[in-house]
Amino acid sequence: MSVDSEAMAPPETPWQEFLRIFKKDYQALFGFWVLILLLVTAVAGKAFTEWWVLFDPEVVRLTDKFLPPFSVPSLDSLSVDRPFGGVYLMGTDELGRDVFARMFQGSFVSLSIGFVAVGISLGIGILLGGVAGFYGHVKLGFITIETLIMRFTDAMMCFPTFFLILTAVALLPPSIYTIMIIIGLFSWMGTARFVRAEFLSIREQDYVIAAKALGIPEVRIIFRHMVPNALAPVFVSATIGVASAILTESGLSFLGFGVPPPDATWGNILSDGKGFIFDAPWLFFIPGMAIFVVVLAFNLVGEGLREALNPKLRSR
Amino acid sequence: MTQSSTPLLQVTGLKKYFPVRSGLFSRVSSWVKAVDDITFHVNHGETLGLVGESGCGKTTVGRSILRLMEPTAGEVRFEGEDVLALKPRELRQARRRMQIIFQDPYSSLNPRMTIGAIVSEPLKIHKIAKGQDLQDRVNQLFVKVGLRPEHQSRYPHEFSGGQRQRVGIARALALNPKFIVCDEAVSALDVSIQAQILNLLRDLQEEFHLSYLFITHDLNVVQYLADRIAVMYLGQLAEVAPVEDLFTSPKHPYTQALLSANPVPDPTVVSQRTILSGDVPSPLHPPSGCRFHPRCPEVMDVCKTADPPLITIGLPERGHQVWCHLHS
Ligand code: SF4
Repeated sequence: MSVDSEAMAPPETPWQEFLRIFKKDYQALFGFWVLILLLVTAVAGKAFTEWWVLFDPEVVRLTDKFLPPFSVPSLDSLSVDRPFGGVYLMGTDELGRDVFARMFQGSFVSLSIGFVAVGISLGIGILLGGVAGFYGHVKLGFITIETLIMRFTDAMMCFPTFFLILTAVALLPPSIYTIMIIIGLFSWMGTARFVRAEFLSIREQDYVIAAKALGIPEVRIIFRHMVPNALAPVFVSATIGVASAILTESGLSFLGFGVPPPDATWGNILSDGKGFIFDAPWLFFIPGMAIFVVVLAFNLVGEGLREALNPKLRSR
Repeated sequence: MTQSSTPLLQVTGLKKYFPVRSGLFSRVSSWVKAVDDITFHVNHGETLGLVGESGCGKTTVGRSILRLMEPTAGEVRFEGEDVLALKPRELRQARRRMQIIFQDPYSSLNPRMTIGAIVSEPLKIHKIAKGQDLQDRVNQLFVKVGLRPEHQSRYPHEFSGGQRQRVGIARALALNPKFIVCDEAVSALDVSIQAQILNLLRDLQEEFHLSYLFITHDLNVVQYLADRIAVMYLGQLAEVAPVEDLFTSPKHPYTQALLSANPVPDPTVVSQRTILSGDVPSPLHPPSGCRFHPRCPEVMDVCKTADPPLITIGLPERGHQVWCHLHS
């Protein structure tokens, strides 16, 4: 029997192929490095404002109110209260708190809200979407599982998410965990919808039919053959989901329903600053710019992932 | 009955209807009769070609036999065992003996598994081999289908269509089946590659004493490989005959039309073309009587109302059957 002796390119796993495409996408790469920087900042922020307090976001220095960025503390402030390095990098707010320290702490809070909320929404979305897509035809009384799940999803989608969250937050005790969970609970609908769509189309693919014909158990078909192929778009939406969760949290904090003080988040720094927009514009612009850059970076990375993971777009 | 007189696969009265739902409550308003009462058999070591235009239900036949779709009615006996009555566990075991090769070598391999993993998976799942033994078997399979064993850690997208089709064949062979449904297995390939794959299939048939149900729309392809041919039109059989008989003396007007549309490689043969008029009718509203009557050049009055009878041509052992009023 003839052995096919066609010369082959060096082996490339799907992962390597993905990297090769992703690396060519400068916007996505930019976004990616911003996110890495943010991640480092967030972890450092947690470490240096809570565990080894180099920057104390909670010290109130009434003598140093409304100092612009890069100003030095006034002489009569106590030496123990002086900011690390001797300058207020981002100025101070109406209570004389160091804005840099507050932003530093807030980066961890904002980011963790984004990740936890998206984690929750992905969990719910993948589970419901997957069940609807794979076991959709199974009847429960007079309707199918698929109808039940997807109509519930549609019903959830009908509500404007932000107002739904506002209502829930108003009724529940305010804390950073409530916010995470609520944002997660109200943002899984998109994920559920496209996981279902993805499952429906993958279920009909020949390789899944082949697996069935080989007598491979259903659980293995789902997890070995279907889930890995359905995951790419989920990643994309998760990335963009983190951005929108951060945005939602900022919005809530801005309206005063968000994370309660003394925990600093970018949203409530912004909210605190809104009363002094003409006297101390940095209170407003610094958190505003931070949110803008981070949301932009997540979206750029999301777009880049979409391009690099989706073979249909890739052929352009 | 002796072993040789029992066919490997006996399909009797197979039907597959798809519901058409409409209206507010998705009630079933009508049925698409994709496969409507089909009876045929496949002998040990034989290739039966199942030929028909696209949409005639030939793929549905193949998938119903393997229970990749549940048929609406009928009986499928494989080695005397009633396939449609098998419980899920028994069915998994039965699937070791009957396999399928697909048309599209691009969608038939999981893009996120290496081709080695694809071929070894069935062996692992059915606990046929493990460790070094597994590795040896996979290497053997690769060599058998003409792939290099050292390419096992590659992913499907790195291969050409023909090579991928070889991976699909290796996967189907892994469980050592007796019967393989080849669903348009070479239709998506270039003509030169087609020949290679057909040769491979024929060599494997000899080596492993395989039986094929070879589903295709291309008469040239089946002529090369098949022992007998079944011609299907709109969910029903039109004619079943040994290859030589079908090509030299086709009895059904539809078969004649198909053959005349078939390009003949020999330029000295003057082909008399029978041009089929009209389109294939929708299986949702199949014509009454003989389903072929709106397009049949030989149509008679009786064809429009009465179902065509089954006529045996020549000696019954020859197995030439035709469903047509012309020959009654
Ligand atoms: S039964 Fe009548 S319509 Fe049908 S193929 Fe024969 S001659 Fe034509």
